[in-house]
Amino acid sequence: MKRLTVRKAFYSSLPVLAGYVVLGIGFGILLRGAGYGVLWAFSMSVFIFAGSMQYVGVGLLTGGVSVLTAALTTFMVNARHLFYSISMVDKYRDAGKYKPYLIFALTDETYSLLCDGKIPEGCDAQLYRFLVSAFNQSYWVTGSVLGSLLGAVIPFSTEGIEFSMTALFVASFTEQWLSSHDHIPALTGLLGTLVCLVIFGPERFLIPAMLLITLVLTLLRRREEKVL
Amino acid sequence: MRSAVLVAVMALVTMLTRFLPFMVFRKRTPAYIMYLGKVLPPAIIGMLVIYCMKDVSLSANPFGLPELSAAAGVVVLHIWKRNSLLSILAGTLLYMFLVQVVF
Repeated sequence: MKRLTVRKAFYSSLPVLAGYVVLGIGFGILLRGAGYGVLWAFSMSVFIFAGSMQYVGVGLLTGGVSVLTAALTTFMVNARHLFYSISMVDKYRDAGKYKPYLIFALTDETYSLLCDGKIPEGCDAQLYRFLVSAFNQSYWVTGSVLGSLLGAVIPFSTEGIEFSMTALFVASFTEQWLSSHDHIPALTGLLGTLVCLVIFGPERFLIPAMLLITLVLTLLRRREEKVL
Repeated sequence: MRSAVLVAVMALVTMLTRFLPFMVFRKRTPAYIMYLGKVLPPAIIGMLVIYCMKDVSLSANPFGLPELSAAAGVVVLHIWKRNSLLSILAGTLLYMFLVQVVF
């Protein structure tokens, strides 16, 4: 069962591989350009492990900001994690010794692989979740270190490879659409966010979007509880 | 030293955003949170799809065409084959081809 779980977890994590390595390389290059070498890249990817936050973090390191500004910025950029964790409270309840790491490593991409709660047949659920999270972090750390060491010496053009993250979310969206008969939550997320993007603009739409989604789904609770 | 403090702060606050809900609902999961645990995942994936596309401009050349056509390719291929890895790989290659060669 253990070997099967490792194999299935590795296979599930593959869609994240290219995106994390390439975005990690981008982060390592950016950080090196700001004057911070490979140990910094490694430490940030091991201890922070939040993609967009680490890109923002390079600016915080070089911008001479106060500790308070750094803390507030981090909270704003990562507020969406509160949202992910709320929806995983029950699924991770019995994760035992893996629980702290599972919570620590809950990135956008890991979330999209694990949020439906489905575990491949014959796999140990908690070990599977742990391995998917750990494989993903290993790709991110590897990318960051490579970027820091190799710099801009990549032999072919990788322009556009970052789309693999978008493709991952689009595929997850399609998959959950096909496997559910209730499309109200999916549509609420998609359209609610779109509306907020139009109203608030690309810099500040995310928090209003999360509030709107929670509000709409809360109002629909009686109806949804019947369908689910 | 200053930088090390900033990195530590970023790491701790990031952990806070991930651990807080688990600390609040440590004992038992309220029915409302159970409900959110069921309806939020599809909603959040929908949110992430838009989040990824947030910097795409529909009013300037190439009018978001590479993103929209590659995303459409992912959807169609996924409905057809139901294989996530294949959909993601093909969609990414299509997008790379579009931005590097076509547009």
